[in-house]
Amino acid sequence: MLLRKLALAGAFALMGSTAMAACAFENTIPLKSLTAGFEAWKSATSAMAECGNFTPELDQEFATKQAAAFGANPSLYHIGGVANETIVPLINGGLIRPLDDLVAKYGQNLQPNQLIKVDGKIMAIAMMVNTQHLMYRADIFTELGLAVPTTYDEVLAAAEVIKASGKVEYPLGGTFMAGWNLGEEFVNMYLGLNPVMVNADGTPAINNEAGVKTLEMLKALSAYMDPEYLTSDSTFVQLQMQQGKIAMANLWASRGGAMDDAAESQVVGKVNGAAAPAAVPGGAPATTLWWDGIVIAANITDEEAEAAFQVALEGIDTEMVAANNDDAIWLIPGYTPGRLADGAIATATANPVPPSYPSTTTQGLMHSALGNQLQAFFTASSAGAAAPRSVRVWLACQARASSTRPVQ
Amino acid sequence: MQNCTQETKSVPKLDAAGRIVTETQFVGLQSYAAIVEPAKAWAAITALDYRALMAIDFWRALRFTLMFTFITLPLVLALGLGVALAVNNTARVLRGPVIFVSLLPFIITPVIGALAIRWLFVSDGLLNNGLEWMLGYPVSMFSQGWTIEILMMFFRVWHVAPFAFIILYAGLQTLDHDAIEAAMIDGASRWQRLRFVIVPHLAPLIIFVALIHLMDAYRVFDEIVGFRADAHVISLQYLTYDFLIPDSTGNRSISRAAASSMLTMIGIVLLLIPLLRQTWAQHRGSR
Repeated sequence: MLLRKLALAGAFALMGSTAMAACAFENTIPLKSLTAGFEAWKSATSAMAECGNFTPELDQEFATKQAAAFGANPSLYHIGGVANETIVPLINGGLIRPLDDLVAKYGQNLQPNQLIKVDGKIMAIAMMVNTQHLMYRADIFTELGLAVPTTYDEVLAAAEVIKASGKVEYPLGGTFMAGWNLGEEFVNMYLGLNPVMVNADGTPAINNEAGVKTLEMLKALSAYMDPEYLTSDSTFVQLQMQQGKIAMANLWASRGGAMDDAAESQVVGKVNGAAAPAAVPGGAPATTLWWDGIVIAANITDEEAEAAFQVALEGIDTEMVAANNDDAIWLIPGYTPGRLADGAIATATANPVPPSYPSTTTQGLMHSALGNQLQAFFTASSAGAAAPRSVRVWLACQARASSTRPVQ
Repeated sequence: MQNCTQETKSVPKLDAAGRIVTETQFVGLQSYAAIVEPAKAWAAITALDYRALMAIDFWRALRFTLMFTFITLPLVLALGLGVALAVNNTARVLRGPVIFVSLLPFIITPVIGALAIRWLFVSDGLLNNGLEWMLGYPVSMFSQGWTIEILMMFFRVWHVAPFAFIILYAGLQTLDHDAIEAAMIDGASRWQRLRFVIVPHLAPLIIFVALIHLMDAYRVFDEIVGFRADAHVISLQYLTYDFLIPDSTGNRSISRAAASSMLTMIGIVLLLIPLLRQTWAQHRGSR
């Protein structure tokens, strides 16, 4: 028995070494990475691991420790996974290095749209785009004769019909969890109505008609959700959809593929994707475009950086995409969009096109302040306060709070 | 024709070496003021505007923390004493198993226990579905503050009562049976024996349990995280933790977190003073 186990272990070791040979070069410098933990990062980091001497760390809360870890000297990680929002603290702190020379040396296969430039210098290599898209139960929509909503008013109308039909427990799902998620919902809806969220001098610009409309719409949507919506994050909404509890949700594209995963989904083949709804008829989808990609730490030696960059590119090459095509909307050559990517692609190619999520410090402050304070609006107005007035008051307070709050 | 554009830009001040110029200044109690917001709180109190006061995180957290502490304290003591008396009166052979079962809740890690309760009562949880089936209408325990608060207190009492039980049960073993018999001969009822013999005998232990529980309950934190309650209810310790979480720009509010934890500590000391004075007085009296 023990012998057989040993033989098996030997076979795996052999397989490991052949897999290592699949990497273009053999890495000899110990490298570590810190990234988010969703499917796409699992695929990318396991492809990087084929080069050897590489330890990935996947953590959905990576952003809380990334800046501190990259700020150490030497940096605790060599490769970082970021998105347009999470790159801001790293750039502000000067914790990641410009990649121009490395791209010139090793990046022949990169597409121009993968190169993320800040002040003219390449600071990150994008591997995928992410955005919200409307996922809906095609079977329920056909049965009830509903058209796919293109605006949020139509979403409300469809939700009312679905609610009356009693086909699902709740017509809508939404990532309304207090904190970052709720802030993101506000940002998406607001930018669908008004492109200016922060004034040029860094003060908030949300105390206006668009701000009021945004809050009213979010409140109206929440009425069709599970009443515990303030604790509902992306994973929760994904599960609600997979278990057939909801009929519609405006959810991250990276969550789409899971709907056809027969191992955990009860609605395989029944969910379709469409562009994220617009806030006003004819407007851009009320969402933001995001990219996820890799950065290389500044506080490491040039040799380490060179090895890290090669390993990172190995993780985001065509081979990896061929093996994990449906994990994300890849920006990498060789990607063929699957059925559930339709909605995200429709969102990203809509006319007018939704904005990219603004990678600025003021937007980051705004998002945090909104995430921290918004739940008070939902819990307070459920106590029966006159909605439009309280929205105004809330916005006025919020605007003041986020402009005067000292960062201490 | 000439077009004018106005642009405002904030640019960091750089020194000769290109590093951002930083400034250090003494801010006194500013961090404390930023949390307590005394002017706003006073305005709300004088105007008797409860909602305005609750709009300030610190006061909202203080309100819940105090309520949580003072409601759970008597419940923990009563339940602990009740179980201790019950176990003391059961047959000797059954005591071992009964003690073991009563102690189980105390063994569970609080965060895990809180998560378990949350999963039982969340919208598609087992017990929640059971409740809905019994009542015939949808129930959502986590969609409003007061139900969450009740669940939290229930969880804390369930979790901590075994601690009170085991201490008081140990105290019951040292009870002088002659005193009880004397009371019975004098015609004292069961209640009178409890009130005038047993409780005075256990008083130092009751004070001890109360002290520990006050300290623990005032630091309520696991329940908030485990129940994902932060949208509806927060506690003082949660506030400290919240300040320490970096925002989207990577800033942590370390000074405010420090001020908040100092305030929590001061709060605990204030709560403990009456009990500590009493034990001190007893200690002096017994000498």
